[in-house]
Amino acid sequence: MDLIGSDLACVRGQREVFSGLGFRVAGGEALLLVGPNGAGKSSLLRLIAGLVHRAAGTLTLDGGDPELSVPEQAHYLGHQDALKPSLTVTENLAFWIDWLGGDRAALAAALEAVALAEIADLPAGYLSAGQRRRLSIARLVAVSRPVWLLDEPTSALDVASQARLAALMKAHLAGGGLLVAATHGPLGLDDARELRLGGTA
Amino acid sequence: MTALRALLVRDLRIALRIGGGAMMGVLFFLTVVTLMPFAIGPDLALLRRIGPAILWIGALLASLLALDRLFAADHDDGSLDLLLMGRAPVELAVAVKGLAHWIATGLPLVVAAPILGLFLNLEPAGLGAVVLTLLVGTPALTFTGLIGAALATALRRGGLLLPVLVLPLTVPVLIFGVAASNAAVVGPVPFGTPFTILCALTLTSLVVGPFAAGATLRHGME
Repeated sequence: MDLIGSDLACVRGQREVFSGLGFRVAGGEALLLVGPNGAGKSSLLRLIAGLVHRAAGTLTLDGGDPELSVPEQAHYLGHQDALKPSLTVTENLAFWIDWLGGDRAALAAALEAVALAEIADLPAGYLSAGQRRRLSIARLVAVSRPVWLLDEPTSALDVASQARLAALMKAHLAGGGLLVAATHGPLGLDDARELRLGGTA
Repeated sequence: MTALRALLVRDLRIALRIGGGAMMGVLFFLTVVTLMPFAIGPDLALLRRIGPAILWIGALLASLLALDRLFAADHDDGSLDLLLMGRAPVELAVAVKGLAHWIATGLPLVVAAPILGLFLNLEPAGLGAVVLTLLVGTPALTFTGLIGAALATALRRGGLLLPVLVLPLTVPVLIFGVAASNAAVVGPVPFGTPFTILCALTLTSLVVGPFAAGATLRHGME
């Protein structure tokens, strides 16, 4: 499975963020987007996720389900956690599993994987920033999609949670999935390729 | 189907829990309708004559009350991104959100209307007509409002923009809703004529609203 972007251009607010950008990520591979603030890391992730209009270029997922678009086969973990404060941890995750086309049976294991099983019945409004982030990550584990798009996935996470996230990402890659992550620090992945945005890009 | 049902259940849960604001519309409706007789005076004949119009205006304003947060709340916490990435078409997602909003805020107005109608000296026949027209007409208000809610979210302007955009579009619904109710109370037009047009307006809004709102959301993302 290959995620291929070629000649991509992104225009936001009449300002060209990047143009002529190409990349290729194979299954089992991680691509890290690095670069200064405002270089277009988040814009590229949102563009792949179909959330930002693609001004030019093509984006394909070779070996994916031809019936589905790239965004429909991708997980997007943005800066916001997409949680409703009045719903409990379980209700939040259960909704996203149903919406994204997963199986509810995976819910308990996903909460276990991010170490939130003990507060499964707590309303999400009472969670700390790190716990909210972990609940958001649980969505990626619970619903199987081949492409992970992660925007600064380690923000607000403590050391133990970062290690857990690294393990989850490795498991995803080992299962043939691929991921694209915007990051400023190391993610704990062994052999990730880097795409440097900003300056020449 | 699982996805859409889950969305319906989620939105209803959020609306009905503390801080969800489902009851706010009814309280507003109650306030508007209760204040009217104080302003107009205890002229029972006059109240009976304008009662349906008061109920309809109260319901119209109340149904707009929480509408601007319908997509803005999902946009602010990032849920809208994921809703757009789902495998269900955006139009259906929008329609389901509209349905949930109507059940949580529109249906209580219909239920409260007969009680409030008593304050306005409406007869049982008039009460029945108002309830029936509200039952048929409030979905049109919600689904027309979807367009305004989507625009307010896409343009990042909540608050005032929504009523300014939506109220003109709801005028036909108001006209035929009140006309049908009045026809049942005072005549002379048969109830069926304006009521059928009201039904047509609702059916149109059920189709146009989700498509327009879906297109707005898809176009407005940046």
